[in-house]
Amino acid sequence: MYRDNERYRLFTRRAALLAGAKLVVASVLAGRMYQIQVIESDRYKMLAEDNRINMRLIAPPRGRIVDRFSSPLAVNRESYRVLLIAEQTDDVNATLEKLDRLIGLGKSERRRVLREVGKRRSFVPVTVREGLDWRAVAKIEVNAPYLPGISIDVDFARDYPHSVKSAHVLGYVAAVSEPELGGDPLLELPGFRIGKEGVEKTRDLALRGKAGASQVEVNAMGRVIREVGRVEGVPGNEVRLTIDMAMQTLAQDRLAYHQSASAVLLGVETGEILAMASTPSYEPNQFVRGLDAETWRSVISDPMTPLVNRSLSGLYAPGSTFKLVVALAALNSGRWWPGRRTYCRGFMELGRAQFHCWNKHGHGWLDLLGAIEQSCDIYFYELAHKIGIDRIAEMAVELGLGAKLLSELPGEQEGLVPTPGWKLAATGEKWQGGETLITGIGQGFVLTTPLQLAVMAARIASGRAVRPRLVIEPAADGTPPDEPLFPALEIRETALRVVRRGMDAVANRERGTAYRYSIREPELELAGKTGTSQVRRISKRERGSGVLKNHQRPWRERDHALFVAYAPVERPRYAISVVVEHGGAGSSVATPIARDLLLEAQRRDPLGVDADNRLAWVETAPGQG
Amino acid sequence: MATVSATGEELTLGRKLLLLNWPLVLLLCLISAIGVGMLYSAGGGSWEPWAMRQVMRLGAALVLMLVVALIDIRFWLRYAYAIYFVTAALLVGVEVAGATGMGARRWIDLGVVRLQPSELMKIALILGLARYFHGISIEDVGRPSRLLAPVLMTLAPAFLVLRQPDLGTAVMLVIAGATIFFVVGVRLWKFAAVGALGLAAMPVVWSFLRPYQRQRILTFFDPETDPLGAGYHILQAKIALGSGGVFGKGYMQGSQAHLDFLPERQTDFIFTMLAEEFGLIGGLEVLALFLVLFAYGFGIALRIRNQFGRVVALGVTMTVSIYVSLNIAMVMGLVPVVGAPLPLISYGGTAMLSVMVGYGLLLSASIGKDTAIGKSAPFDDF
Repeated sequence: MYRDNERYRLFTRRAALLAGAKLVVASVLAGRMYQIQVIESDRYKMLAEDNRINMRLIAPPRGRIVDRFSSPLAVNRESYRVLLIAEQTDDVNATLEKLDRLIGLGKSERRRVLREVGKRRSFVPVTVREGLDWRAVAKIEVNAPYLPGISIDVDFARDYPHSVKSAHVLGYVAAVSEPELGGDPLLELPGFRIGKEGVEKTRDLALRGKAGASQVEVNAMGRVIREVGRVEGVPGNEVRLTIDMAMQTLAQDRLAYHQSASAVLLGVETGEILAMASTPSYEPNQFVRGLDAETWRSVISDPMTPLVNRSLSGLYAPGSTFKLVVALAALNSGRWWPGRRTYCRGFMELGRAQFHCWNKHGHGWLDLLGAIEQSCDIYFYELAHKIGIDRIAEMAVELGLGAKLLSELPGEQEGLVPTPGWKLAATGEKWQGGETLITGIGQGFVLTTPLQLAVMAARIASGRAVRPRLVIEPAADGTPPDEPLFPALEIRETALRVVRRGMDAVANRERGTAYRYSIREPELELAGKTGTSQVRRISKRERGSGVLKNHQRPWRERDHALFVAYAPVERPRYAISVVVEHGGAGSSVATPIARDLLLEAQRRDPLGVDADNRLAWVETAPGQG
Repeated sequence: MATVSATGEELTLGRKLLLLNWPLVLLLCLISAIGVGMLYSAGGGSWEPWAMRQVMRLGAALVLMLVVALIDIRFWLRYAYAIYFVTAALLVGVEVAGATGMGARRWIDLGVVRLQPSELMKIALILGLARYFHGISIEDVGRPSRLLAPVLMTLAPAFLVLRQPDLGTAVMLVIAGATIFFVVGVRLWKFAAVGALGLAAMPVVWSFLRPYQRQRILTFFDPETDPLGAGYHILQAKIALGSGGVFGKGYMQGSQAHLDFLPERQTDFIFTMLAEEFGLIGGLEVLALFLVLFAYGFGIALRIRNQFGRVVALGVTMTVSIYVSLNIAMVMGLVPVVGAPLPLISYGGTAMLSVMVGYGLLLSASIGKDTAIGKSAPFDDF
């Protein structure tokens, strides 16, 4: 038994060693537990909360954009879609079968849904169809008990009820692009859209509103277990424009007869933009839905550039409309008087260069009024030569040319009021005397936008430094804001009066260049100035062989037709500019458009009626639904 | 030579029931009850799908344990080899015709029950080795030639299990075998030699490992490299533990467990859930309960007067204790995630059964602690 005892003692010793080792292991485990659960506990508690809680942003509804009478221009339309949640139905196929009988699913649509159901986790909703109409929604809702797993989801899509007619002013919203990310976490929401053009872009922050947030508890698969907390968002503000959609529609309709044209209608005293039309236009609703690559390419490569708002991005030599600037500069300088006469024989010479009048037979003896009325080039060459380029440039700036006027829309061009200093800086060359003459009839370097031309007309009509406005800011006390009074221009009233009389003569005297297309109704007559902006230089050789008439030239080489005007002649209320690209002579193409718009503006008188009183009219107006 | 009990007479059933170590049985029931409670929580406060089935299995396993305990220790000695070889044959059977479950062949489908021979092997190996070392003298233990057979008895099943592939169980079998070698008195330098050999054989073992097993080992050494892959489990387990803090989040309030961040919360990671909901205090309590259980095991083993019973009792205690240590160390990121359940607490039928059968053997050895059994011809009484 000795051996057995020894074996027993050895066993006991070894067992004691094992037990000791076991205790060591247990202490290590307890120590590790202490380390994780006590020392590092805070860190892990935070990680556990991060795991558990997810922030879900709630997109606020985008603010509406309305016209001056609160008629909606940009709204959020409810858009319905059918969702399928696979785990809520026992048989996906049977559910789709029933849905098929209700709204007619195609075979390929069903295959796509089944494929997506297979790919996703069973609690993730799969979109069966988007953009359902009301009838389909009603059918599904009524049959809901027989359609397990099917639900209807309401989404809001931006909608522009006036489509192409308001596109350039409103712009459009579209999905956020990579470089626009950052700052507002809303931008990272899938499907969120921000303003890309027009007022939608410049007023994006106000329209967007503030995101709400929902704190949800999620599990490891991302399934929402419950809502822990919720912060409601702030809906976007409504933006009210100065636009009168009726006038805007009329303007777009009138321009639609031309390939490429624009018109801006202003309130003379307030600078409020009532219509800002540009053609060709585009369908903004297409952009909201998202364009396919092919359509996008065709839109941006269109030589007619439908995306460009010509009213403030289009640059045109003002042509004869600039003669108003020159006349005012001359009269204001005191170096010229209205009765001073000049003889026009169809051309004049300065140094070795010859300068031509549009009437090659000459106008004969003319005073200033007659020169404006008949738009004699020779008279204005003389005028420009007499007073010099600097006075002309000064007056141009005083009338609103050569600078941006409106902050409410992107893409506005400054235009150009040339001076010798500018020329030296830009080209390194000295100013030539002949260039002053050319500038005197609105050709050469000088460039303006239609908006600037409309503002110029409003400033001449009112004698005040009118600035255009597009948005009606809500007054703090809720009443419409007082009409802003712009400071008076630094131009002698007598000078302004002469030029106004000249514009009156253009439209209402028999030899006036706009007489044929003017307003005949008493009290509503307009005063204006025609302009023809030369697109190409006429060479000497050409002039020798006879200048081609506009309609004989290819469209791209035809002159731009311009017209600036205000109405009525006495106590003017509305100012307008119309530019028809390659329209030929200003009088015959641009003038009738301005006439129709000014006549309708005076009859409708959107400025004359308090917006609140107009609401009743808006309710019954057609096309407002 | 006839074997006789110390009192010289056969024990009656009533006497056996009296001799049964009831505190140990109660301790087992207590730990198992904690397991059922955790499974109730894991099911989201429901008896389904785990808690109820665990209760039924626990009942069956307890009955089986008592039956095993009440059978004379000499019976188990007599059939130790037979049990070992039948189980080894079943392992080969799995290799040949095993059903594939969870990407690993582990079960033999007997129609009524799915048999997991690797679990049974844990017990069978203890029986086989105890039987072997019971039969040889202390001098024989010193002879390397006599150790060849038990080494083969350990490595062969470990190899088969590794091929299933079940790295955790394979490692466990080797460690359990080594423990028995140690306790019967194999010289320490031999362990060192085998250890060195084992290190040299590492590349060979590595080639047998599946990519996911290799990944787990690599991830263990650098878990932060792959926070969403294999390292995800360890990280989430640590978050569960750490966020539980000292007092825990409360029963059924563990966000990590109940929001499914915790992998395998009903099996391998059940301790994590327990420590998340009951905190450091709950975790230490369970650890302490296990320590008491092992202390009982050691105490019983030391009082047994025959080598077979001693080795069985200590083998069972050590196997279970290594499982507990391995599991807890694993979920706390101290060792690689090898897939080792927490005995008595984790959900799982065969594991519960093998632990209870093991403790049945331990109790049987305890009842027959005074039975002196000779080295040879131990079967005369039967």
